[in-house]
Amino acid sequence: MIDLTLILAAGVASGTILLFAAVGEIFAERAGVLNLGVEGMMLMGAVAGFSGNPWIGLLLAMLAGAALSLIHAVVTIHLRAEQVISGLALTFLGSGVARVLGDGLSSAGSIETLPRLTIPLLSQVPLLGPILFRDQSILTYVGFVLVPVAWYWIDRTRPGLNLRAVGERPAAADAQGVDVVRVRYAYVLVGGLLAGLAGATITLAISPGWFGDQTVAGRGWIAVGLVIFAQWSPIRAAVGAYLFGAIFRFILDLQGVKSLLGFDNPFQAGRSATFFLEMLPYAFVVLVVIVGSREALRRRVGAPAALGIPYVRGERGA
Amino acid sequence: MIHLEPRGQPPRWLSPLLTVAAVVVALVIGAVVLALVGGDPLKSYLHIVDAAFGDIGVLSDTLVKATPLILTGLACALAFRMRLWNIGAEGQFLLGAWGASFVVLGLGLPEGTPAIVLIPAMMLAGALAGAIWGFIPGILRARLGVNEIITTLMLNYVALAWVQFWVFGPWSEGGFQQTATFPREAWLPRLTDFGKDIPLFSGLTTHVGLVFALIATAVGWVVVSRTRWGYEMRLMGDNAAAARYAGIDIRRYIVVIFAISGALAGLAGMSEVAGSVHRLQDRISPGYGFTAIIIAYLAHLGPWRVVVASILFGALILAGREIQPSGVPAMIQGIILFCLIVADVFTRYRVVAGRRAAAAA
Repeated sequence: MIDLTLILAAGVASGTILLFAAVGEIFAERAGVLNLGVEGMMLMGAVAGFSGNPWIGLLLAMLAGAALSLIHAVVTIHLRAEQVISGLALTFLGSGVARVLGDGLSSAGSIETLPRLTIPLLSQVPLLGPILFRDQSILTYVGFVLVPVAWYWIDRTRPGLNLRAVGERPAAADAQGVDVVRVRYAYVLVGGLLAGLAGATITLAISPGWFGDQTVAGRGWIAVGLVIFAQWSPIRAAVGAYLFGAIFRFILDLQGVKSLLGFDNPFQAGRSATFFLEMLPYAFVVLVVIVGSREALRRRVGAPAALGIPYVRGERGA
Repeated sequence: MIHLEPRGQPPRWLSPLLTVAAVVVALVIGAVVLALVGGDPLKSYLHIVDAAFGDIGVLSDTLVKATPLILTGLACALAFRMRLWNIGAEGQFLLGAWGASFVVLGLGLPEGTPAIVLIPAMMLAGALAGAIWGFIPGILRARLGVNEIITTLMLNYVALAWVQFWVFGPWSEGGFQQTATFPREAWLPRLTDFGKDIPLFSGLTTHVGLVFALIATAVGWVVVSRTRWGYEMRLMGDNAAAARYAGIDIRRYIVVIFAISGALAGLAGMSEVAGSVHRLQDRISPGYGFTAIIIAYLAHLGPWRVVVASILFGALILAGREIQPSGVPAMIQGIILFCLIVADVFTRYRVVAGRRAAAAA
């Protein structure tokens, strides 16, 4: 029988991957820079995790993600190139380099993972305790902390105000003395750092092992979709991330079950019907983005106004 | 201080020159990276040239690889012209390949159905399946303002799982991840089929799909540069507001362009299964739909330039299969794309350094 608590706990862990990537992308997009290279940055982070020591791997993963995002920053902020194309190029580059570096790495899960913790009192809380606080990777807890911090930073602090101004009205921010270029660089780098962390979360906490492109398997793109669903809010992004984490986990677990409510399980591993299960998260992203877009239309809010538009002092935005 | 100044009208020779320079610079950067990870760049590159253009046999194989790239490249170029980011050519290709296979394997046509019936039916089914897969993100974008980048990408994964279901399940041959080989009536004619009369052609696998691709290129060129539709598309891509004032129904254009773009990619899938692979299988595409994005960009969205770029990338894919590590072609593609982006910046802007920049600013 499927243990729901265990599935949800594993779902939270797996949702942490999407959470880091989505919050990172929210930072970049809030500053007005669309970075579609999340998938590539995550692959770089995932491969950088394999460096022997998990802590050094974690650090390298974040640096690798940030290094890749720096290319995007230079090309889109300074050189004013099309952000969509640059982001796609980043995905090609990241996945190519990651596959070159990862050549020969094992899929067997031979690397050491980051420590897992059970929080003494919180894990005793009925229902939620065992789901959120029992035997989770240390990165899961980092995720718990990141969400409120990101929300507070964006919505309640002076630097957050500057960030929003740069994404919505860069000319006005500039007039107020905010260095638009510097702010954009900073948050694109933060986005890259978090995407690298997301990649490392896969290999250092959730499923150690290198499967080439399939290590990340489109989760970078799902994170980009989640940002739209989340309406650029870290809290809504967390809800979406954990929901998708649970879906991914459920799909994985369902394949290990022989009978379902007394019937033969058609989705057992190795059967062709499992491919319909594998479609689910991606099809669900389409639904979720439709919901997000409808809401944006209805409430007349949505993407930061200057998203995708290079800023040049003294020129009017397109 | 370094400063970018917009150029008025860049000289005609500048853009092609910078494009070639970008590819050269990308190959140099790729070589440095290859050397850093312990490879032998010169050997790899010489291998690519030899394995792709070395003799008429491999040249023919390069054209076989270029065929789906031309069609998917046109699909992307068409959509990009309107600034519609169709990143879903890969999924539309897969659906097209599936649709064509469905005619052969799923319709229950009697054995020995002649090619004259089968081939057009496969073309129609492939283009239709691709068009449906393009229509979905198109209608969502036009009616609900749903971001087409996300939807087209996600539909790629759905399409892949859909094809996998059929080749692992109902159409699997003996438990392998592929269907049975199609009957000869479902094969597109190849050069080697004329080997009896023209000995030079024997063994050459280039197929009629290349003709489809070139016809599509010619039609695309005429439509874009010689008709009102082409003019209106350019107008919408350059200035959507102006197009709206001019009374152009942008929403309808979005849906139609997405469907045509999907149909082209679907036809590429049909041409691949009917012309080259002769069955549907799990790994039917080595990423044609993604490479198509770079091709469209490299070609500056021009239909004939798509053909040239497709042959270059066809060579890279053909020769890249044997290069280790397997990520090298993707890496080089990424570097080429970045160099093209930078080249594009230098086409549009003049770089001014020093005091003049300060004075100009």
